Amino acid sequence: MLKGGVIMDVVTPDHARIAEDAGAVAVMALERVPSDIRAAGGVARMSDPSMVEGIMAAVSIPVMAKARIGHFVEAQILEALGVDYIDESEVLTPADEANHIDKHAFKVPFVCGCRNLGEALRRVSEGAAMIRTKGEAGTGNVVEAVRQLRTVLAEIRRLAAMRDDELFVAAKELQAPYELVQRVAREGVLPVVNFVAGGISTPADAALVMQIGAEGVFVGSGIFKSEDPARMANAIVQATTHYDDPKILAEVSKGLGAPMRGIPLEAIPEGERLAVRGW
Amino acid sequence: MKIGVLAVQGAFIEHVRTFRSIGVETVEVRLPEHLEGVSGLVLPGGESTAQRRLIDRWGLRAPIERLAESGAPIFGTCAGMILLSREISGGEEPVFPLLDVSVERNAFGRQLDSFEADFDVPMLGTQPVHGVFIRAPIVDRAGPDVDVLARLDDGRIVAVRQRNVIATAFHPELAGETRFHRLVATMAAEHDDPGEGSGRRHHPTRRAGRSA
Repeated sequence: MLKGGVIMDVVTPDHARIAEDAGAVAVMALERVPSDIRAAGGVARMSDPSMVEGIMAAVSIPVMAKARIGHFVEAQILEALGVDYIDESEVLTPADEANHIDKHAFKVPFVCGCRNLGEALRRVSEGAAMIRTKGEAGTGNVVEAVRQLRTVLAEIRRLAAMRDDELFVAAKELQAPYELVQRVAREGVLPVVNFVAGGISTPADAALVMQIGAEGVFVGSGIFKSEDPARMANAIVQATTHYDDPKILAEVSKGLGAPMRGIPLEAIPEGERLAVRGW
Repeated sequence: MKIGVLAVQGAFIEHVRTFRSIGVETVEVRLPEHLEGVSGLVLPGGESTAQRRLIDRWGLRAPIERLAESGAPIFGTCAGMILLSREISGGEEPVFPLLDVSVERNAFGRQLDSFEADFDVPMLGTQPVHGVFIRAPIVDRAGPDVDVLARLDDGRIVAVRQRNVIATAFHPELAGETRFHRLVATMAAEHDDPGEGSGRRHHPTRRAGRSA
């Protein structure tokens, strides 16, 4: 039950405890936060299992870990470790250029990234239990997260307004299974919980996506690349709960020190953008 | 009459929708002032660790305790059950020790062991309840003043009541189950307007102004 909560990237057990103390609902255990992965370049892979286990031992909240897109053996290893969720993540270097992991083959729930409704529904049909928009990880720039969340929600509203006989073509255009398209049109929401990731770096960013319609947020580099991680973590948690109360948002935003520096989107060459990974 | 739903984190919107489906007004509770005028409160599923910190950060503990002491119904699901228990495995400090029970957090293991099951809740009638268990707690011990409302086939306790406090280890609100919410709404209405047993209502055959 992660809804309405904040999931934080952590690289050490100490980080994990800071996140738990701040009120995170889960932590994402990884060796490097996305901004460092971006800086380091090379091939980014699943974290060392002993590092994931160290974090699982440090906190009582759920622990997630990332597998490469399509790398079902990394997922098998993470499931064997007993992680609470697997993130099939574009932040790592994809292992398969056509296929995602068949998530129905696992007992552990998966979270997957998307940029639009079609991608979200393809991931749900593969068995994802949770969706997050990808944003552009490691940038500290919320613009992509906002664009993708608005895209997904607008596409859902568009489906909900369609006649039944228009849904067949809609499914074709979204490249998503008709049954899922029909269900979204009928219910007006995704069949699974819908979080936002990639670029959230202040309490105001978190409240922005919550007001637009996110059900919770992932914060990656935004916490442990800021000047005072414990305060930033706590402030983002408070802002996610009180996203609709500007007075409280003002209070929790005071004196947090410098957020992570951030990168404008135009400064990232097309080939280095992470959000385009996934099919 | 309106029922508060603690909305600091978790699956609170599902409780709001369940109450709406049976025609009961709700208010989302994030600050103490949101509790004014509520006749009952739901503590929803979520991460109890995160919820506990938000409850304390915003000073919700004392006003919720006062609401419970007034006799208003308090209904906790999953993490809400943990928040209501007097003892929590691992020696964690209780939050609202209103139920004389011991609970074990994540009793069915980590996220891998979420499941659904059907079982009887005799108090709610003959139709079984479909329970959704997600990182669910379990009641290890129930004190003498606690009514056990439901057990799994293996005998483990998954729903309890002690006076005005009800808790389930599972999520009725995720399974389209409304009977617990109807019960809470009825208890809240009786809290607002005590009827039978309160001595305030006259027997219809009694004449006004004359004590029998």
